[in-house]
Amino acid sequence: MNTTPARPETLDARTREQIDLALSQYQSQPGPLLQVLHAVQNRIGYIPDAAIPIIASALNLSRADVHGVVTFYHYFRRQPPGRHIVRVCQAESCKAMRADELTEHAKAKLRIDFHQTTADGAFTLEPVYCLGNCACSPAVMIDEELYGRVTPERFDELIEEKSAK
Amino acid sequence: MITTVYVPQDAAALSVGAERVARAIAAEAERRGTPIRLVRNGTRGLLWLEPLVEVATPNGRHAYGPVTARDVPSLFEAGFLQGASHPLHHGLTEEIPFLKNQQRLTFARVGVIDPTSLTDYLAHDGYAGLRRALEMQPTEIVKTVLDSGLRGRGGAAFPTGIKWQTVLDQAAPQKYIACNADEGDSGTFADRMLMEGDPFMLIEGMTIAGLAVGATRGFIYLRAEYPHAHKTLEAAIATAYREGYLGRDILGSGKTFDLEVRLGAGAYICGEETSMLESLEGKRGEVRVRPPLPAIKGLFGQPTVVNNVISLASVPVILQHGAEFYQSFGVGKSRGTIPLQLAGNIKRGGLYERAFGLTLRELLYDFGGGSASGRPIRAVQVGGPLGAYIPASQFDTPLDYEALSAIGALLGHGGVVAFDDTVDMAKMARYAMEFCAAESCGKCTPCRIGSTRGVELLDRIIANVERDKNLQLVQELCETMVHGSLCGLGGMTPFPVQSALKHFPEDFMRTAQ
Repeated sequence: MNTTPARPETLDARTREQIDLALSQYQSQPGPLLQVLHAVQNRIGYIPDAAIPIIASALNLSRADVHGVVTFYHYFRRQPPGRHIVRVCQAESCKAMRADELTEHAKAKLRIDFHQTTADGAFTLEPVYCLGNCACSPAVMIDEELYGRVTPERFDELIEEKSAK
Repeated sequence: MITTVYVPQDAAALSVGAERVARAIAAEAERRGTPIRLVRNGTRGLLWLEPLVEVATPNGRHAYGPVTARDVPSLFEAGFLQGASHPLHHGLTEEIPFLKNQQRLTFARVGVIDPTSLTDYLAHDGYAGLRRALEMQPTEIVKTVLDSGLRGRGGAAFPTGIKWQTVLDQAAPQKYIACNADEGDSGTFADRMLMEGDPFMLIEGMTIAGLAVGATRGFIYLRAEYPHAHKTLEAAIATAYREGYLGRDILGSGKTFDLEVRLGAGAYICGEETSMLESLEGKRGEVRVRPPLPAIKGLFGQPTVVNNVISLASVPVILQHGAEFYQSFGVGKSRGTIPLQLAGNIKRGGLYERAFGLTLRELLYDFGGGSASGRPIRAVQVGGPLGAYIPASQFDTPLDYEALSAIGALLGHGGVVAFDDTVDMAKMARYAMEFCAAESCGKCTPCRIGSTRGVELLDRIIANVERDKNLQLVQELCETMVHGSLCGLGGMTPFPVQSALKHFPEDFMRTAQ
């Protein structure tokens, strides 16, 4: 196995404080790692590599354990995302309603591929496998807001609305 | 008399503009000096009519939909607060045929009540099941669930009562109830709709399960893609604690049940029960080798009931009305009702709860109204991404566990996704393998490696590279995955692939572009 040592990235005091708060919130619970990672990502927006040894030490786990969990789950991010996260559903029901075309449109509109962020830092584009909005396919989620029956025109409107904010 | 207006806050309704409609109605009422009471209910599940606005009148609730914010002034003008006629008017909600022709046991309150109001829940028979359960011995509760014929609604269809009996029989310092709310199958949204529309029912079902098997602690493992359900569940759980329906000494019985929600993190495999348990423990969601069964050695090594949302939410009704009542619905070994979720390329997509036995054709055409595009429905996928593709020649199959199994398909969690004749089934078969490759936990080789090889083989078949040889090879690969995988992900990914090859061979024979 190729194990990369945690990069000597330093965390600023505020970020460090956010990590400590996340830890203190869940540390005493049984099997708390996922909850801690969610809390860190909610507070900072992603899970910095430099947070891994801190979390591992606080939960009495190895760094490999924590790294393994962070990389197993699609939802956890290791880089800061754009201001808005745009998720376009790729699953069967949305495909039946032309999600593949919507996906191509989204990539062209934002001029990025999946897992990338626009140059102005406004949008990160992610694939998602089902948002549970299958009767209103195709579905898109922007941050925590869900959209259904999304046409390319509607997609553009949503992006304009978010850009304006 | 202040009129009550209902605007759903279900995520699907919000996704098509319900929030704007609610705000427009409140603003228009204020502008006209007409006080109204605005209630945010769940969805009725008639999703093609969302946003569906309802108005309470002396003769019942009137339905208007799909409403946009722009329609609001004209609704007021027409007198919708009195249930007056309007182009968007559908008459009394309960008389809409697509709702009237359902048999709602589990979804009886969804779309009717304010989901986070315990008062509403109690006024609509809520907690009647728990009150019965508190008067019963654990063995009696388990027997009631067993006799009802309830089988796991997550997809595996294992008798719920047998699972509970196994956990009850274990002596252990701590037992758990783990609710699988990782509803990842495309085409399914019943769990979400229930958690957002009637969260107390799930809480009640889990509490009864705890009493039945002697578990004092429960977890709801909820997928991270469901932020709306998360908020609703947290609010309902807090209320249940405050009002003595959770925690120590439930309703003065001396019994304890603690409940919390834990979020997944976007891994489809965590819907598999042992993988879910690993994830609940804060680990990588890798599948465990069985035996031991979770009922014997489950969460944190303790006996654990793992049930799907709908299975647990079916329990209060069974306790309230008895096993015979529930058993009286359905056919053969498929007893009770099933919330069928109709999605994809369909005119009237939504949730239809019926006793088992409805045929696919009745669901697709009588309820669904055919495809959304107006073109013929060529294929449907039943049971999520691991379910078989069914051709039109088999649409008369009844939707029950045995009948679908007889044609090599499965009901799974009850999701039905329709495709019109523009679908390319070779592409869908490739997608099944691609999905498996993306979501495999990596523990067993047939799934981890097989899925990637499957994508490559299908690419070659589509490109007409040594097609006959590769068609044979992909069949062999499917056999290996079916028989050699540790869990259903690798073991069932071949179902959509093989069914596509069997029923739609022409799609694999096209000349390469």
